[in-house]
Amino acid sequence: MTDSYNVLRSTRASRIGSIIGLVLFIVLVSFPTWGDRATMRLLVEMFYILALSQMWNLMAGYGGLVSVGQQAFVGLGGYMLFLLTIHLGVGAVWTVPLAGLIGAVVSLPVAFLVFRLRGHYFAIGTWVVAEVFLLGFAQIKTLGGGSGLSLPVSVVKSIASSRAGRDSAIYWTALFVVVAVIAIVYFLLRSRHGLALTAIRDSEEASNSLGVDNFRAKLLVYIFAAFGTTAIGALIFLTKLRISPSAAFDINWTTTVIFIVVIGGIGTIEGPILGTIIFFLLREPLADFGSWYLILLGTTAVVVMLKAPQGIWGIITHKFDLRFFPVQRRLELKKDD
Amino acid sequence: MTNLLTVQNLSKSFGSLQVIEGFDMHLDDGEALGIIGPNGAGKSTLFNLITGSLTSDTGSISFDGQDMTGLPAYARCRAGIGRSYQIPHPFGGMTVFENLLVGAAFGGGEKEAESYDHCAEVLERTGLIDKANTLAGSLTLLERKRLELARALATKPRALLLDEIAGGLTEHEIQDLVATINSIRAENMSIIWIEHIVHALLSVVDRLVVINFGQKLDDGDPQTVINSPEVQKVYMGISIE
Ligand SMILES: Nc1ncnc2c1ncn2[C@@H]1O[C@H](COP(=O)(O)OP(=O)(O)O)[C@@H](O)[C@H]1O
Ligand SMILES: [Mg+2]
Repeated sequence: MTDSYNVLRSTRASRIGSIIGLVLFIVLVSFPTWGDRATMRLLVEMFYILALSQMWNLMAGYGGLVSVGQQAFVGLGGYMLFLLTIHLGVGAVWTVPLAGLIGAVVSLPVAFLVFRLRGHYFAIGTWVVAEVFLLGFAQIKTLGGGSGLSLPVSVVKSIASSRAGRDSAIYWTALFVVVAVIAIVYFLLRSRHGLALTAIRDSEEASNSLGVDNFRAKLLVYIFAAFGTTAIGALIFLTKLRISPSAAFDINWTTTVIFIVVIGGIGTIEGPILGTIIFFLLREPLADFGSWYLILLGTTAVVVMLKAPQGIWGIITHKFDLRFFPVQRRLELKKDD
Repeated sequence: MTNLLTVQNLSKSFGSLQVIEGFDMHLDDGEALGIIGPNGAGKSTLFNLITGSLTSDTGSISFDGQDMTGLPAYARCRAGIGRSYQIPHPFGGMTVFENLLVGAAFGGGEKEAESYDHCAEVLERTGLIDKANTLAGSLTLLERKRLELARALATKPRALLLDEIAGGLTEHEIQDLVATINSIRAENMSIIWIEHIVHALLSVVDRLVVINFGQKLDDGDPQTVINSPEVQKVYMGISIE
């Protein structure tokens, strides 16, 4: 009798969404051929902030690992760009995946330390690690010490000889990174691992007693987030062409991302996308207000946390049952019965 | 009958509070064992120790010939110990069906797609099939209790540990539940059932254990145990049908 069931993995919204997504992707890919430079720069920034947000969301929203020290990996990635291009002659764009691999390796001993800490202590531990990274990189003379360094003209020219060519190359790299990050997170969440991570998100106690090795799942997610975050770090400083310890290991890399994920909706793929759009919409008009802008952002985040812990996307799915990235499995009766 | 689960000299304290003390217990393959005892006697703690949610201070636990004592909860589940929680722990943001898939894919060690039929079958059997696509977080308390049972069954356990799943049910619902549990038993499932509703328990179990202040007060044939003067004294003021 149970043969009469089917398991559906897509929704109406996801089928419409994939068409919209495809159109948007084509528009974005072709943008350098018709768009203006300022918008292109803004889009690049949105891409890497969104990619960072997806990484943090996977780790905190699913794995329950609330790190406030992901700037350790952003900064590490940034420095790897300079180290690999200047001292090892690696092509600038290739430093992005290579930095990711280095970040994954570095995350192992870091995890060994911070995974001993629970709850708030884990968060504090990750922050301490980031501060240690900052102090450590400030000591390295060949990487500019405390005052930092710029990417040499020869390296910059190796990306593309013209300025427009460089802008396009960096733009496409950033677009590739954000699309790849979202795709990987989506397929990860749809897989068996996603089942485990979502269960951990909802109840660690129950997932463990239903056979999920929580520690292993969390460790893998942490390493994967380190890989992604470090790769994105290399990309970020490829757009900036200059690095210093305080810019590389700035805690704002993490606080911005937390704001985005919390406002948009933690534990969903759509949430960080919506959060990123809101963040940039608010930022442009409010940038003139200086520190008032930060106070406003902070207040908004606190209000959302109190009034709608599932974020704005949570409200939308609750009202309209919308899911553009269907990670669910729906059990349906077969029609022919 | 062969021995499936053996608990020896188990102890657990929370700070200065000794909750389980020098506890010995066994469960035969295919047996249904009932556990009763006053609130706070340590029954749920005993389950947490057997399933690995808590680590014991002393003692050993073996299951199916394997030493479980140092193993984490997920490994004990994979070894065949399935449990339900007294206070339901649903995966609130996942559908009921997905809640079962977690148990089947990890505890049961099946490929996800190969476990679909089994999970649908468990949902039919536990009366949750109409709720398959409902988010577990929006279930009523009764449905959550059923989900606890269904999720444990999804892991294809050899022993099923049920903690007060009949609490708060109407008489009619209790009859349903007893029928479901008896049908599960018929498939040679071993069961340990903690329950205050004694008449429900007595219509299922082969043997009854009484716990008081973390120690075993009695262990044996259900009717004999219920009628023993010592057990009657512990339950003074509480009616035992
Ligand atoms: N995690 C814990 N920390 C501290 N005390 C606990 C914990 N779990 C249970 N207890 C205490 O242990 C005693 C036994 O609890 P429990 O095993 O839940 O009893 P029962 O299930 O028999 O009602 C109670 O006094 C309870 O307050
Ligand atoms: Mg209890």
